[in-house]
Amino acid sequence: MQASSLSKTKNTSWGGGGMQPLDAAYGKLMMWFFIVSDALTFSGFLVAYGFSRFKNIDSWPIADEVFHHFPFLHGVDAPMYYVALMTFILIFSSVTMVLAVDAGHNNDKNKVAFYMLLTIIGGAVFVGSQAWEWKNFIKGEYGAVEIQNGEILQFYDIKKDKRIPIDDFALLQSQERITHDDNVGIWYQSEANLPEITLSEVMEGFKTNSAITVRIEKLDEKGQKIILSREDAEDKLSSATRVVKGANLIRNEYGNPLFADFFFFITGFHGFHVFSGVVINIIIFINVLLGTYERRGHYDMVEKVGLYWHFVDLVWVFVFTFFYLV
Amino acid sequence: MAKHEHKLEIFRGYLKFKSNVQKIWGVLIFLSIVTAIEVALGILKPPVLMNYFLGLKLINWIFIILTIVKAYYITWDFMHVRDEKPFLKNTIILPLLILIPFLLFILLWEGSYIFDVMLDGLKEWDFDIY
Repeated sequence: MQASSLSKTKNTSWGGGGMQPLDAAYGKLMMWFFIVSDALTFSGFLVAYGFSRFKNIDSWPIADEVFHHFPFLHGVDAPMYYVALMTFILIFSSVTMVLAVDAGHNNDKNKVAFYMLLTIIGGAVFVGSQAWEWKNFIKGEYGAVEIQNGEILQFYDIKKDKRIPIDDFALLQSQERITHDDNVGIWYQSEANLPEITLSEVMEGFKTNSAITVRIEKLDEKGQKIILSREDAEDKLSSATRVVKGANLIRNEYGNPLFADFFFFITGFHGFHVFSGVVINIIIFINVLLGTYERRGHYDMVEKVGLYWHFVDLVWVFVFTFFYLV
Repeated sequence: MAKHEHKLEIFRGYLKFKSNVQKIWGVLIFLSIVTAIEVALGILKPPVLMNYFLGLKLINWIFIILTIVKAYYITWDFMHVRDEKPFLKNTIILPLLILIPFLLFILLWEGSYIFDVMLDGLKEWDFDIY
């Protein structure tokens, strides 16, 4: 192995005889420049989200209704608790990261390794939680109907005074239509999965059960979705085009498709940052174990990856506020 | 590396810590309290805070301010900006402090303008009717 790669690399990138501009090491300053530009990227995304939201201010989906699951608590309405827990996990992994950086300043190899490991675990738990959140969002819950102008209609039980899933009232009919796969007929043509419940089944169920009406996307002055009268509901449903279950990039059962688009894009981009952070942390962790930084004489690399990790945490604080709270 | 000195005061010197590790835990406790307040407000949604102030609900103003408070302590204490030279602090903070509010202002203004146009300016935007 080349001795030069392990020799004291400190300050060498700047040159100039050990003088450091702004008293910061070269790599650290470059990490800061990256963070500033990345912060602007994220603010661009979040502001674009704000733009779309202000544009549709009277019909934006209510986040509390979308994200209210908690692991192992099925059917319990727990808005935000899980995201709050995720936020806490990420902040905590940020703390273990600072502790690792601090231990690095004291050249304490074992402590650095221990705290790096905790940070990696925290990051992995967070990414896993985000995947779970995505799964719930994609799978959907109540189901809804889309009408011709793209509006989403959700179903509401007047008697029980709460939303009713389409599975609960749809009248199942025997259907002969099967999904067209690419192994039958023209080999390159296939179609997306057929919905489990067809539109006509939902419509039949709606006709026979007079306690059911629809909720439209528009919000009343209290910020709740407007519930239509039975007659208006029938009128609206006359132009129904399809059943929507769950969310994807084209339509989602919670309302405006832009909500799902921005959710997938921004939390996905953030999740990708966390994922890369975990990978970089693992690399640094292995290097710590191998003693690379001990031989180098300083743990600046831990500090640099630490900056990145805190930045990811920082972005999440904003995503949490603007997607779940506001 | 002996040159890593840390400023151990937060809240403008109101709270002083003995060591950097202690300060980190102190900041964690503070951030957790702020998050807990946010979640509690988000679940309770006190009716008083549902009134509008400068185009946003009061509760949303509180959320945004608390978020910025959290962001401040994450950058200042976890990212050690507190210990950096003033020039480096400004190099990092000023571009963000100037560009982000600017971007926010123009896009949110434009968004609500388009909302108004959709609401009042057009006879009909549901073109499927025709």
